[in-house]
Amino acid sequence: MSEDLQELISKAQSAIDAATDLQQLDQVRVDYLGKKGVITAQLKTLGKLPAEQRKQAGQDINEAKRSVQTALEVRHATLEEARLKSILESETVDVSLPGRGQDVGALHPVTRTRERIEEIFSQMGFETAEGPEIEDDYHNFEALNIPEQHPARAMQDTFYFEDKRVLRTHTSPVQIRTMENKQPPYRIIAPGRVYRCDSDVTHTPMFHQVEGLLIDENISFADLMGTLDRFLKLFFENEDLKTRFRPSYFPFTEPSSEVDIQCVMCHGEGCRICGHTGWIEILGCGMVHPNVLAHVKVDNEKFVGFAFGIGIERMAMLRYGVNDLRLFFENDLRFLKQFS
Amino acid sequence: MKFSEQWLREWANPAINVNDLADQITMAGLEVDSVVPVAGEFSGVIVAEIISLEKHPDADKLNVCQVNNGTETIQIVCGAANARAGLKAPLATIGAVLPGNFNIKKSKLRGVESFGMLCAETELAMAESSDGLMELASDATVGMDIRDYLQLDDQIIEIELTPNRSDCLSIQGVAREVATLNNCELTPADMNAQPATIDDVIKVNIAAGDACPHYLGRVIRNVNVTAETPLWMQEKLRRSGFRSHGPVVDVTNYVLMELGQPMHAFDLDKLNGDITVRMAAAGEEVELLDGKKVNAAADTLLITDAKNVLALAGIMGGEWSSVTDDTRHVFFESAYFTPDAIAGRARRYGLHTDSSHRFERGVDPALQSQAIERATELLLQIAGGEAGPVIEETTSAYSIKREAIHLRKARIKRILGIELADDEIEAILTRLGMQVAAAAEGWLVTAPSFRFDITIESDLIEELIRIHGYNNIPRVMPVYQSGLREKTEKQLAMQNLRQNLLDHGYFEAVTYSFVDPEWCKALAPDSKAIALANPMSSEMSVMRTTLWAGMLKVLQYNLNRQQSRVRLFETGLRFIEQESATLQQPMLAGVATGPLLSEQWAADSREIDFFDIKGDVEALLALGGGKIECVAEKHPALHPGQSAKVIKDGQAIGWIGALHPELQKTLDLSQKVYVFELELGSVCDKNVPKFNVLSKFPEVRRDISLLVDQKLSVSAIKECVVRAGSEVLKDIIVFDVYAGKGVSPGLKSVALGLILQDFSRTLIDDDVDQEIQKIVSSLEKELNATLRE
Ligand SMILES: [Zn+2]
Repeated sequence: MSEDLQELISKAQSAIDAATDLQQLDQVRVDYLGKKGVITAQLKTLGKLPAEQRKQAGQDINEAKRSVQTALEVRHATLEEARLKSILESETVDVSLPGRGQDVGALHPVTRTRERIEEIFSQMGFETAEGPEIEDDYHNFEALNIPEQHPARAMQDTFYFEDKRVLRTHTSPVQIRTMENKQPPYRIIAPGRVYRCDSDVTHTPMFHQVEGLLIDENISFADLMGTLDRFLKLFFENEDLKTRFRPSYFPFTEPSSEVDIQCVMCHGEGCRICGHTGWIEILGCGMVHPNVLAHVKVDNEKFVGFAFGIGIERMAMLRYGVNDLRLFFENDLRFLKQFS
Repeated sequence: MKFSEQWLREWANPAINVNDLADQITMAGLEVDSVVPVAGEFSGVIVAEIISLEKHPDADKLNVCQVNNGTETIQIVCGAANARAGLKAPLATIGAVLPGNFNIKKSKLRGVESFGMLCAETELAMAESSDGLMELASDATVGMDIRDYLQLDDQIIEIELTPNRSDCLSIQGVAREVATLNNCELTPADMNAQPATIDDVIKVNIAAGDACPHYLGRVIRNVNVTAETPLWMQEKLRRSGFRSHGPVVDVTNYVLMELGQPMHAFDLDKLNGDITVRMAAAGEEVELLDGKKVNAAADTLLITDAKNVLALAGIMGGEWSSVTDDTRHVFFESAYFTPDAIAGRARRYGLHTDSSHRFERGVDPALQSQAIERATELLLQIAGGEAGPVIEETTSAYSIKREAIHLRKARIKRILGIELADDEIEAILTRLGMQVAAAAEGWLVTAPSFRFDITIESDLIEELIRIHGYNNIPRVMPVYQSGLREKTEKQLAMQNLRQNLLDHGYFEAVTYSFVDPEWCKALAPDSKAIALANPMSSEMSVMRTTLWAGMLKVLQYNLNRQQSRVRLFETGLRFIEQESATLQQPMLAGVATGPLLSEQWAADSREIDFFDIKGDVEALLALGGGKIECVAEKHPALHPGQSAKVIKDGQAIGWIGALHPELQKTLDLSQKVYVFELELGSVCDKNVPKFNVLSKFPEVRRDISLLVDQKLSVSAIKECVVRAGSEVLKDIIVFDVYAGKGVSPGLKSVALGLILQDFSRTLIDDDVDQEIQKIVSSLEKELNATLRE
């Protein structure tokens, strides 16, 4: 190869190395390999050479061309990589910054608790039933074995209307309505708003209850205890939760029972929440009173069953540690946001 | 009810401590609320007597007393107003430790030495409040330790009884339970019938035989009403929450607590002629012991004489005939009034007495005779006097005979799920005072007269398990016949609905169903609200006719607490009074105000507008499918230009809009509020999807821009396009609406993208042009629109 050609290659190499971006590199390509490029010009001189030198010179020029070409490609790859890198760098964001968009709201803790209770019981085939909140005296009281002047009516301070209708004091009327309209067996739970004319630190004039009813041919108090014991363990996600059943009185059940759970705050040691007893009263239940079944014309020799009533706010307070019942109805966003 | 542990133990004394006893009766259904000592912990306090006293030389309010402590006379400085010579009072001696670890030392008060402290009840933690020194009986033994003298090593047990167990509203009743539970002996107080020593009687007429089946009376003459009630009686009564009111009243209260029979004592000299038990004449005025006057309704039972109303029977005595310090002769009443005759009456007159509490729940109908004998015995002991014969009137309604209940062995097993041994069943029932006789398939059981709550087989089964122990029943899961239940696809689940709103940034609220009638009137003036007869307050006196009433109040509450961005939803019933019935309709409502997004770095802050909330509603309704339209229509609570009726498949289901600015001001809301309310049932109606064949040919889009009257609704334009278009018109997209610069006043520019597609071939330009031409000429003709170049 001629010295001229050698020098040409080395000058091209220098130019390639000096190119700092793809545009400059392309200029080098044009300068050397373009139609009017230095090496292309060399090829054009071939014709002037004597025939015996032409072949060798042609090979030399082509080799020089290839060598420049290769150098260009290498440099191109390097510059391309650098370019991409710089683009990526320029596009880099602070991933720790918050994302854009709408916040997500939250269910009210009463609904959240109610859905949880419904889900647990639905596994056992309990279906949800609903009913009116303005009730007649018959469904709220009489059909439930609470005749007029019964002391239990005084136990439940009732809101009433001029026409003697009442705001239901419990969701038990839903059971009556279900039993009136369908044949046994029954497995229902009736969640909803209930009302009592009472307002202080531990009472609000409206609250929520889930009433449950299971009537079948082979249901006993032992089943009632098993069902509620299991439910409470599942609800509080505590297989070791202790429960106890205490005799009590409801006009619509006999035998009747209150259910206590071991205090979830102190685990039975005794604290302010449980009045230092280690136990917390959580729900009422019992075997459906024969008079109630008689009212809805269910054969109480063939069918027996149990009913229970759970206060949703109370369950929510114990589950989430809410310390004031009234918070549920203030709907302060700072409260609601805690249930996201 | 509260009572002294010692008193109970006089009647039944099992070998268990007070805490175990409390647990035991709680688990038997007599829920113990509290067990508290009758006095605080203290020592070194004795009975002392003030011999003499003189004013402190340097302090007006202090006295310097000379006090006999049983061995000597010592000097005590005392500030109590009731300090006087001859008074016996507790003395904390030097070295005594009072409640709160308060040590008594020799001290000087304003220069005068004091060798101890005379005490008030509060200082011994025996009362919440007191008025001067505790006054002890004149026969108290000076020098005796006060704990021994007052028997202060005792607890007050308070129980909360369910309404069926009024048989336990006495020491006798609780003792019966305790004896049954522990299988120990019942040891009643020694009681003796008192023979008549005089002949005086008063004629008693019962004119309301069903309400008062049994009435006993007795004349006691020459009673010393100023006699002091003995300490043991005063203390037992005090521990049951009764203050001493002199021997006559104390005796009736004592019998009430001991046996459970409410009694009444009248001043004999104030009675005129026969006693008549009758129903009130409507509105009849009765002046009560507490000075209050009530107008008795016709269903109220009265005790009357020839001239006056003496008492609201079973509730409260009258002022007229009450025993006073001047009373000399007494007439005792011991009657059985039925629960039906008393229940609810006291409450109606704003009263609640120990007597009404018992009668309305039930008193043992066999108790009256024992009670009047006991009261006579105690009164004669304390205050002397001569007793007449017991006057007894019964009516045909009176019976203490109980019907036998058939208790079947198989039924016990069926209800409880466990088998109880025959001998255990018989033993439990017998211990409960029942008569048990063998019968087919089980037993015939007769309850005692005091257990009037036991009327059916289930009641007996409850008694069995109550004594056997609820927690001795093994817990099992009910056998469940599994099966597949209906699961409709035509209903949207509430969970999905709520989740959608949560995803759009709404928080769920739960507000009261009763609201301020003013808010109801303002928000839904056309709906008639139903009012509560006994509301908590005027702000909670009508049932909501719209969920907005409660929710806007919550919105206001949050705005007032530095929350400028509020988005809430609620589900629940609204209540509208209609001709024939009250509509109780489930609704879903939302309220929103403030910026669209919470403050964030990557998005511009913008206040929400109508279309934000409409978008939220559309997203919600999309879950159920169907054709959704919003039609401009005025609503009294909404901004007239930003108010729409929501239509689903041709049916109006609710409203969306901006709250009317005037109303916003009235309701004191500081910023623009957008609201919606929809009928929940319709929202949840869900269409089951129906597949349409897909076209294999490409879609073509043509955009057109129209100038139309500014008042023309876009939906009217779309409807016109649909009418004019053929089956190749697949969709219409509104991509711009503009009025302002470059558009003549009164007009707006609306840009539509028309999507065309055919099922059988690829549309060529000619087809498309024709279709568009057809549509445009319709728009021009029908809506006076012009194509914008
Ligand atoms: Zn606790």
